[in-house]
Amino acid sequence: MAQTITYREALNQALREEMRRDSNILVLGEDVAAYGGAFKVTEGLLQEFGPERVIDTPISEEAIAGTGIGAAMVGLRPVVEMMTINFTTLAMDQIVNHAAKLRYMSGGQIKIPLVIRAAQAAGLQLGAQHSQNLESWYAHVPGLKVVAPSVPADAKGLLKSAIRDDNPVMFIEHEALYNTKGDVPDDEYLTPLAKAEVKRQGKDVTIISYLRTLILAMKAAEHLADIGIDAEVVDVRTLRPLDTETIVGSVKKTHRAVIVEEDWKSVGMGAEISARILEGAFDYLDAPVMRVALAEVPMPYSKPLEQLAVPLQDDIVMAVRQIMGKA
Amino acid sequence: MAISEKRAILTKNELISMYKEMLLIRTFEEKAAEMYTRGKIGGFLHLYSGQEAVAVGFISALRPDDYVIGAYREHGQCIAKGTDPKYVMAELFGKVTGISKGKGGSMHLFDIEKGFLGGHGIVGGGMPLAVGVGLAIKYKKEDKVCICFFGDGAVNEGAFHEAMNMVALWKLPVIYVLENNLYGMGTPVYRASSIPDLIRRASCYDIEREQVDGMDVLAVRDTAERSIRLAREHSEPRFVEAITYRYRGHSVADPGQYRTKEEIEEWRKRDPIVRMERYLKENLFITDDDLIAIRDEVNAKVQEAVDFAESSPFPPPDALYEDVYA
Repeated sequence: MAQTITYREALNQALREEMRRDSNILVLGEDVAAYGGAFKVTEGLLQEFGPERVIDTPISEEAIAGTGIGAAMVGLRPVVEMMTINFTTLAMDQIVNHAAKLRYMSGGQIKIPLVIRAAQAAGLQLGAQHSQNLESWYAHVPGLKVVAPSVPADAKGLLKSAIRDDNPVMFIEHEALYNTKGDVPDDEYLTPLAKAEVKRQGKDVTIISYLRTLILAMKAAEHLADIGIDAEVVDVRTLRPLDTETIVGSVKKTHRAVIVEEDWKSVGMGAEISARILEGAFDYLDAPVMRVALAEVPMPYSKPLEQLAVPLQDDIVMAVRQIMGKA
Repeated sequence: MAISEKRAILTKNELISMYKEMLLIRTFEEKAAEMYTRGKIGGFLHLYSGQEAVAVGFISALRPDDYVIGAYREHGQCIAKGTDPKYVMAELFGKVTGISKGKGGSMHLFDIEKGFLGGHGIVGGGMPLAVGVGLAIKYKKEDKVCICFFGDGAVNEGAFHEAMNMVALWKLPVIYVLENNLYGMGTPVYRASSIPDLIRRASCYDIEREQVDGMDVLAVRDTAERSIRLAREHSEPRFVEAITYRYRGHSVADPGQYRTKEEIEEWRKRDPIVRMERYLKENLFITDDDLIAIRDEVNAKVQEAVDFAESSPFPPPDALYEDVYA
């Protein structure tokens, strides 16, 4: 049996189930308790677990991250909500210089079982300071894990796995996905970290994506099927460590790859995935790897301009048609 | 300040042990400087000489299960928390037997078993970590405390203000110890801080605060006893400014030309180790022979540390990829 729930509810269920299981798990962040979270992901947790475990913090991103790290150093398993990834820029020192490094620098004496949840999005008319996708910043850093679910079932299973993982995990959610629905198993389950998933089988081309653009890729694949192109869709799910095997395996089968990302093309996740494909499947490629990504601009507010900047379903279809020689 | 000014009553053994600890740190640091000039130690080496009374005064008042977080001038704090100097010296040499297996170096000493939570190379970076440690202590209903040492440079970092606000707001058992050695690298406090009287920085967070002569180990110990009691028994934070001085430059590579010889000499007259020697002789009838015996014991321990570091192997190539992830 399965239940059909939203991405938001899936995340909420993951937090509830894990907090019931392990009293070392605390949730902290700006407005996570009384307010229920800026995106309502933590709604109801205060009522069930009380103010000692669901903690509203001041607006102090660096100290929030540091508090999570410090508490993790001495045995708790905090889940920190950073509201949006844009604000994690204020916590970069704690995330990059501390969370990612303490285990290595201490010769393995420390573990940091910490999850930092942050939402991101492009295309919601929030302007340049609230419309960034910074996953590649964090995926660049050894010592961090970076997770990015696209559907409710993965959102729940991956968050549960992230909470149980003994490493610092940047758990990136997508603001435009919170209300999307999907089937989620009724029973307890975990979705493994560092494992991509083939979300749609196909033989002509592999479309590789994650978060919202994965949903667009699935829709594009349906459209492509109508015109006789059979696309395989790989959901990366974890950006670091990257599951090269699944990605390369798919490209070896289809001989073509289109990578779709909502971050900037330069030095983005797509660049990394593309390089992995070239390293692992160069001889199998029938065409150059293509990337569909965000325009290289700070996000404009005005709707028509914003729509020009973000990757759309049609952009994916066009890229696939081009790589198939059917433009 | 509502806290009693009563002096901690210390036994003769405790007093001697504090003296010995300060001497050990001083001797260790001067030996480390020598090893640096001989090319045995690389990178940055920020020495603690002059500031020993702060680490020893505070840490001697802790229980073994209490926590300490340091910054990058932390050799003395790590040793005072109970780490055998040989593991510290081996770490400075980059050897696999070092306390951080040669992965951390001078600025990143960690001894989790002893409650020493680092060694952090980013100015002010340890301060938010202490909030988390305090939160965990309070959540688990333990009666431990966490001391977080930082320098005068850190008071102008955002991390300082964010951490001070949260620790006061949540009433966490953290003692923030500002080691004001008058210089943030080469910049004197009055050129970096709009309020050179740094103790006032705590006032806007309504944290109990106290200033202490950081060159007087007994005064520091007194302050430590009061602060730790407040944190442990009432789960409240405390802010202490210890006025102290580093004899050497910011790091061994810094000749310290922004200070005069006269200034350094003035501070050396207040040397915490010399003062303690005088106190022991005048009040506890410790003889010169006793002091020589202590000195010999300390010298032997530091030499043992150097021998251990010298004779230890470097980490094997496999270690490169170890401990990136748990």
